[in-house]
Amino acid sequence: MKRKLKILSILTLSAALLGISSTVFSDDDDKPLFSGWFSGNQSGVTPVDNTFYLNECGSCHFAYQPGLLPIASWEKLMSGLDDHFGENAELPEEDANRIRNYLLDGAAGRTNRKISVKFMRSLHDGQIPLRISEIPYFVKEHDELSRKMVQDNPEVKSFSRCDACHTDAAKGIFDEHAVRIPGFGRWEDD
Amino acid sequence: MNSKLITITALLALTPLAAQADAITELQAGYHAKGANEFSATAGEALWNRSFTDAKSGQQRQCGTCHTEDLSKEGKHARTGKVIEPMAPSANPERLTKVKKIKKWLLRNCKWTIGRECTVQEKGDLLAFLKNS
Repeated sequence: MKRKLKILSILTLSAALLGISSTVFSDDDDKPLFSGWFSGNQSGVTPVDNTFYLNECGSCHFAYQPGLLPIASWEKLMSGLDDHFGENAELPEEDANRIRNYLLDGAAGRTNRKISVKFMRSLHDGQIPLRISEIPYFVKEHDELSRKMVQDNPEVKSFSRCDACHTDAAKGIFDEHAVRIPGFGRWEDD
Repeated sequence: MNSKLITITALLALTPLAAQADAITELQAGYHAKGANEFSATAGEALWNRSFTDAKSGQQRQCGTCHTEDLSKEGKHARTGKVIEPMAPSANPERLTKVKKIKKWLLRNCKWTIGRECTVQEKGDLLAFLKNS
């Protein structure tokens, strides 16, 4: 009887531990209560902490975090600034190099932050996406959105404007709790 | 005591203006050295308002496409929708105070709007127009 009790308590304890660890390391966006204690703030991507980058790139568009694209993509982007998605974004060489170094240092593939890892894993063989919105994991995460919410929404217009809906995008947080689609409100996945 | 304070405040308030004059003077002197004639605010204004057809897209482009018609108002990036601070130094004292920044944007925006780099004459004219806006 005593032995049975012991086994039972071990089983209960292991089940509880398993339960905790599975939520701690779970993939979805629901942050379990104690997740920060175990994994640090590893969700999302590392926020931008480089003022030069923020000023130079962020004056025209959302300052995408380096961890949102792989190394090869940033290299390709930075070597074609004179035709930057149809815009001229030329920079003096030393400035472009400063930015290139910052982007490459924090690129996906060099960080273990959740989104960076998932982006990398989802890439097709040899894929060098120039747009973050071409990354398979990105596509999958946004596939339920209608045109009315994004492309035809005058306050959004394009997937390139992360912060139009992701209210904490600048902090590198993209989970759906912080999503507010202009004209539509909160977004919760089923 | 008060007069000192007023002088200091006045000097501080004038700092951006001085920086603006410095940056523009420096750039225009450089353009003259490369062969530009006297600069004309009228010519600058005409260029600012002229419309160009983009060779690739067929779009009509002019400075106001992003900066709006009214230089004292906020503009909006035609592609990304990002807010652009007012172009007029009268509304935005930070404008035209940094040589490097002016050079960067004149290069990019002439290429985007006109489809080529601006000549030194055109750049000097544009600055002559903008500095008093």
